Amino acid sequence: MTRPTVDLRPTTQPPRAPSRPITSLLVRPQVIALVAVLLVNWALFPGFFTITWQDGRLFGSLIDVLNRGAPVAILAIGMTAVIATKGVDLSVGAVMAISGAVAAVLVTSGVAAPVAVLVALGTGLLCGLWNGILVTVLDIQPIIATLVLMVAGRGLAQLVTEGYIVTFSDPLLIFIGTGSFLGLPMPVIIALVLMVAATLIVRRTALGLLIEAVGVNRSAARFAGLSANALLLIVYTFAGFCAAIAGLIVAGDIRGADANNAGLWLELDAILAVVIGGTSLMGGRFSIPMAVLGAMIIQAMNTGILISGFSPEFNLVVKSAVIIVILVLQSPLSARLLRRLPGTPK
Amino acid sequence: MKIFNTLALGAGLAGLLMSAAYAEGLQGKVIGFSQIGSESGWRAAETSVTKAVAAERGIDLKFADAQQKQENQIKAIRGFIAQGVDAILVAPVVATGWEEVLTEAKEANIPVVLLDRGIEAPEDLYLTSVASDQVKEGRVAGEWLVGAVGDKQCNVVELQGTVGSSPAINRKQGFEEALAGKANLTITRSQTGDFTRSKGKEVMEGFIKAEDGGKNICAVYAHNDDMAVGAIQAIKDAGLKPGTDILVVSIDAVPDIFAAMVAGEANATVELTPNMAGPAFDALDAYLNAGTAPEKFIITESRLYTPADDPQGEYDRRKGLGY
Amino acid sequence: MIETGQKPVLEARGIVKVFGQHRALDAVDFTALPGEVHALLGENGAGKSTLIKILTGAYQPDGGDLLLEGQPITLRDPLHGQTYGIGTVYQEVNLLPNRSVAENLFLGRQPTRFGLVKRREIEGQARALLARYGLDLDVRAELSEFSVAVQQIVAIARAVELSGKVLVLDEPTASLDRNEVERLFDVVRGLKAKGLAIIFITHFLDQVFALADRVTILRNGRKVATQPLSAVNTTDVVRMMLGKDLAFEHHPTSLSGGPQGAVRVEFKGLGRKGMTPFDLAVHEGEVVGVAGLLGSGRTEVARLMFGVDAAEGGTITVDGQPVTIRNPAQAVAAGFGFCPEDRKLDGIFGDLSVRENIIIALQAKLGWFKALNRDDQIELSGRYAEALDIRAADHDMPVKLLSGGNQQKVILARWLAIDPTFLILDEPTRGIDVGAHAEIVRTINRLREEGLALFVISSELDEVVAYSNRIVVMRDREMVAELHGDDIAPDVIVQSIAGTRAEVRP
Repeated sequence: MTRPTVDLRPTTQPPRAPSRPITSLLVRPQVIALVAVLLVNWALFPGFFTITWQDGRLFGSLIDVLNRGAPVAILAIGMTAVIATKGVDLSVGAVMAISGAVAAVLVTSGVAAPVAVLVALGTGLLCGLWNGILVTVLDIQPIIATLVLMVAGRGLAQLVTEGYIVTFSDPLLIFIGTGSFLGLPMPVIIALVLMVAATLIVRRTALGLLIEAVGVNRSAARFAGLSANALLLIVYTFAGFCAAIAGLIVAGDIRGADANNAGLWLELDAILAVVIGGTSLMGGRFSIPMAVLGAMIIQAMNTGILISGFSPEFNLVVKSAVIIVILVLQSPLSARLLRRLPGTPK
Repeated sequence: MKIFNTLALGAGLAGLLMSAAYAEGLQGKVIGFSQIGSESGWRAAETSVTKAVAAERGIDLKFADAQQKQENQIKAIRGFIAQGVDAILVAPVVATGWEEVLTEAKEANIPVVLLDRGIEAPEDLYLTSVASDQVKEGRVAGEWLVGAVGDKQCNVVELQGTVGSSPAINRKQGFEEALAGKANLTITRSQTGDFTRSKGKEVMEGFIKAEDGGKNICAVYAHNDDMAVGAIQAIKDAGLKPGTDILVVSIDAVPDIFAAMVAGEANATVELTPNMAGPAFDALDAYLNAGTAPEKFIITESRLYTPADDPQGEYDRRKGLGY
Repeated sequence: MIETGQKPVLEARGIVKVFGQHRALDAVDFTALPGEVHALLGENGAGKSTLIKILTGAYQPDGGDLLLEGQPITLRDPLHGQTYGIGTVYQEVNLLPNRSVAENLFLGRQPTRFGLVKRREIEGQARALLARYGLDLDVRAELSEFSVAVQQIVAIARAVELSGKVLVLDEPTASLDRNEVERLFDVVRGLKAKGLAIIFITHFLDQVFALADRVTILRNGRKVATQPLSAVNTTDVVRMMLGKDLAFEHHPTSLSGGPQGAVRVEFKGLGRKGMTPFDLAVHEGEVVGVAGLLGSGRTEVARLMFGVDAAEGGTITVDGQPVTIRNPAQAVAAGFGFCPEDRKLDGIFGDLSVRENIIIALQAKLGWFKALNRDDQIELSGRYAEALDIRAADHDMPVKLLSGGNQQKVILARWLAIDPTFLILDEPTRGIDVGAHAEIVRTINRLREEGLALFVISSELDEVVAYSNRIVVMRDREMVAELHGDDIAPDVIVQSIAGTRAEVRP
């Protein structure tokens, strides 16, 4: 029964936008910011870029930046998708605590480590699904819906650990947090794999476009036949899954589940990483690799402050000053000013 | 797990409680205890020790968990007053805003003992306050290090608590006092680890990188044991031996630091005793039965523990206290 | 163009505005004289709204000068423009609906005493002010309690009070009925007599002739002409706007024979609370037009058909096969397409590209994992953009930069891309100007000829007449009549809507 519905005159292709030259990628504000922060670190500490091979793994401040930035980067991967739908997930820090607690309690009570890891990841999925249900079925605003789990989740984690720091010596969990593969720390490997996989999945399938469509205009998405609710469920569940992975890494790193402190305030770092990465809180266009880059900028700053020898009272001031500079650089205002500079093509 | 803890608790307490001999004086007394909550392992230990000490003395302890909220504490104290308890213990969540409810207690003739933290209120509103001396804790840790190092040149790195918190300020001050005048000991780096393991580990990693792979560090001083546990892992990851290549000294005496001592990875810790209730009950005993007013500020002992002090035994004993 | 003895209040010289690759305005001159109503006309995309935004300060020009009473000015934003005496009233009244009329009039400049708002004084002044506009109403009542026309006049009063030299009216009559339009025109004539320069943008040519003194016509970002209206007639104006003569065909006799093809979509007893169940069959190559007043239930019918609102009863069959439609996704799966009335809210994805806007429904239909690759997307969007003559400099530009008419065509293209069986169009020409109207009408006719089944809601009677094989008349949330053949004529439809004609049940 299908017939062409409009006559198809010979078509001339519309002018195709020239693919971006690689140089334009390098002058993005995020890349400039990262390079600038790294250079400042180098000025403060000349050995910053030194990387040595030690005990079968790479060792150096740059590796530390990658390693310490990995949990926030992983959170940011999930958070990017949520923010692209015009939502936000405040609960990821608490979900980290839950996942670490579940894994730690299970292995200490004799459950096989792979099972414990799977159960912890499953718990993260469930937490994300819960958020998704609140946002879709009950149509609660994301910031409120996820606030519920942000507050209650940490309590839940404390319930699981009964208030103790549950320490463990399980080799698999410790490997997830501190092991290395091909010379790189496991958290870095996990973050990289997750970033590449997530980027491929959203860009090779239609998910990326559909997520952006829902973020730009949820009502129009419904009218265009998109299952906006199914997408939102997936996105929040994925954010919960990412948080669970980050929780396992953080627990494995200190060989214990610290329900009070694991992931505390990291949801804010993750949101910041996404925003630094250029994804608007108003939803729409998003970039997972840029969010990961944002997480690395934040961590490069943290590491820089650590090795700078500044008194810790300055930590937050320095951090906020740098972030303000980055956000100003990205603002539409500075984009306009840049365009007005002589010599730049219109 | 709970049952196991309670059993272990009883066993652990036998050695811990020196004051049990005077117990008869408070037999049958009703005492209310308004606890802050259970935000840390130490707090949980304080709660379980208080309950155990009260049981030992035959006290009918009314326990109220405030879940970090002052209004809950005030509500609990009013409840205790209404029940006509013999005395009230309060671990205050904040320093201000207590005048009104403490005046009510005073008018009802119920003595109030502050545990663990001080408040800003006229001193006649409470019987006494039982707390540790945080400056002294830092000093004891520093003095141990001075003695352990001798005349050797030693660069110390410091893991501070949360910026601006009173234990961070005081423990830093006490440690610096102990090191004052010792030219061979210098604090080369000092950063906050937020009292947490993961930040302690991260900061120590940074220090090691910045100090020539850790070769320029002779000792690490952490404001609490959790950060020290994190630092120990960072030292090991860098291929160095904690406790040997880099000395580790910290404060609190939680079970995990004893586990590290058993492994030879930690050198000293200063106890912040969870038994604030023991001295408090002693003071109440003397006051209620003999009418003797205690000192206004009772300072708990800041005892130093090293690997010579049976760390395995301490670990086993403390593991049951709810840390 | 400047008449002797009259110096322009506001003058624009050689205005240029560029968006990306697109030259929205190219060396446009414009003058507004004191005491005149100056109409600004042009097709969608001609550059009208861009010019207005530059005159009021919402946009900054990339070239050219603005002069106020002979002095060059630079406007940072509309607020800044206001301080120079340039005020604007938009089609959608942008006041605060839940504040009182008086508050709306004086918001931001309330007379105060000791920092307290002098409510009495405000209300007194508000009454006096509105009296000058022939309005006598309770100024303490919330603005939203009044009709759009009254709100419009309140907005004009506020704008004139704040600025007082130039008043820009951006499609003020779009949602008014005839009497309200007259009332508004009286207000405008009064302001003109007081020496204000009034710039008037509308889609209705008859209103231009009724009210304006001069007209400036834009086409494709260039000025075609500025003429006194006494010197031109309607045909001249349309010719200048379109660059071609517009032939608006009447109901083609070829359609009078009734449905020819097989039934493609059939609704039986479809209804829900507040909506009388209806039966309707739409045939291959048939356009069913829907006529009825606002609130008659015409949009609700479309929403039921498309599953936007789930039906509480009834069945739907497509090509004889029963289908379940409880949400739009199921409707799309059944081959339905729906161009909603509110394009901006329910139709376009403003920040997404033209290309993505065109392929999105097909992609949603294909599912998450059968992604159209970039070449497919480019081919599809190119094909339908060409077929529907979508004018966009580049298909990677955000669709929100296109004119309303082009946006509507993008949504139409989106549905054609899924190769639909049944297309629902709700007010396809709303907010689109005359030239694009004709084009949309031609497109609808072409789709019908291609064999599509269409259901088209429109309040433009001559348009419904021009493309419908059958017309369903709606009143009080019920289909009350069905018109065929020679009955498909504007006067018959009006009688039927009004209920003065013997009704034929569908």
